[in-house]
Amino acid sequence: MAAETDEIFDRIEQWQNAGKGVALATVMRTWGSSPRPAGSHLAVDETGAFCGSVSGGCIEGAVIAEAKAAIADGRPRRLEFGVSDEQAWEVGLACGGRVEVYVERVE
Amino acid sequence: MKADIFHRLQAARRARSSCALVTRIADGVQALVVAGNVTGELVLAPAQLEEIAARLLAESSGPLASDDGLFVRVYAQPARLLVVGAVHISQCLAPMAAMAGYAVTVIDPRRAFANTERFPDVALCDEWPDEAMARLVPDGQTAVVTLTHDPKLDDPALVAALASPAFYIGALGSRRTHAKRVERLIEQGVDPGQIARIHAPVGLDLGGRSPAEIAVAALAQIIQVRHRHDL
Repeated sequence: MAAETDEIFDRIEQWQNAGKGVALATVMRTWGSSPRPAGSHLAVDETGAFCGSVSGGCIEGAVIAEAKAAIADGRPRRLEFGVSDEQAWEVGLACGGRVEVYVERVE
Repeated sequence: MKADIFHRLQAARRARSSCALVTRIADGVQALVVAGNVTGELVLAPAQLEEIAARLLAESSGPLASDDGLFVRVYAQPARLLVVGAVHISQCLAPMAAMAGYAVTVIDPRRAFANTERFPDVALCDEWPDEAMARLVPDGQTAVVTLTHDPKLDDPALVAALASPAFYIGALGSRRTHAKRVERLIEQGVDPGQIARIHAPVGLDLGGRSPAEIAVAALAQIIQVRHRHDL
């Protein structure tokens, strides 16, 4: 976990030093066969460039969109994805798991 | 995340200190706990701090049991891998283990082997293995692998590792080589029960022979021993 965390936080710092807005997404809770455990991070810059992961690639697109919105308005967000949620199914947690993600702007 | 919290978190990670970031999900107010010191706007009760300390030890991120409106993200100190022998397998093993999250140190007093040309971006130690082990103090979050094939270097490292709570100890060498090694260690007074902790031949039996393949086998076994307590 350490090498992965180092890479993500170093990237956040690089983006900040380049004057870019940055958001951090974190898996808070999982149910069933979610691919990434609680604590997994995805960092996103204002252009949508990203580093890390909060799933096997299924929900990253939706989380990146919310992260860009959080960078714009500064409000943290709590997102939930899972098979019980029609929209989330379209986003595609095909593995059948459920995952709760927190997204915050990094000042 | 406020800039102050982010900077403190970065400082703690760079100092290799374990820390925990606590977030109140409703409004995003946070506290950072580093070595028992709390900073940030979020006020935590003593019972919550106790749970956070336990979560740090267990390396377990998630909502607090006492208040699931609070999420704790644990940043634990990375596990360490001490590799004895700056040999060809180590050149593969060191970067692979670093990718898997281990803080790697390669120990070899032979400068011709342990140099930055052969090991770019790897922490090198040119002390004798027994001195290095005395200084680096393997703990329960440390794996030790000996790869030199030379008893002068491997044996002192193994004796030190066996006297420590290292969670994994592996030694390169065939079954025959290992049988001779066991005899030498017994002669040196090491308890046979302790000697049984050594994984030898090192690594899972994947059938590969190249340095990279042996490195994968060794790293795979280290990961297995760390996580599969049922085996």
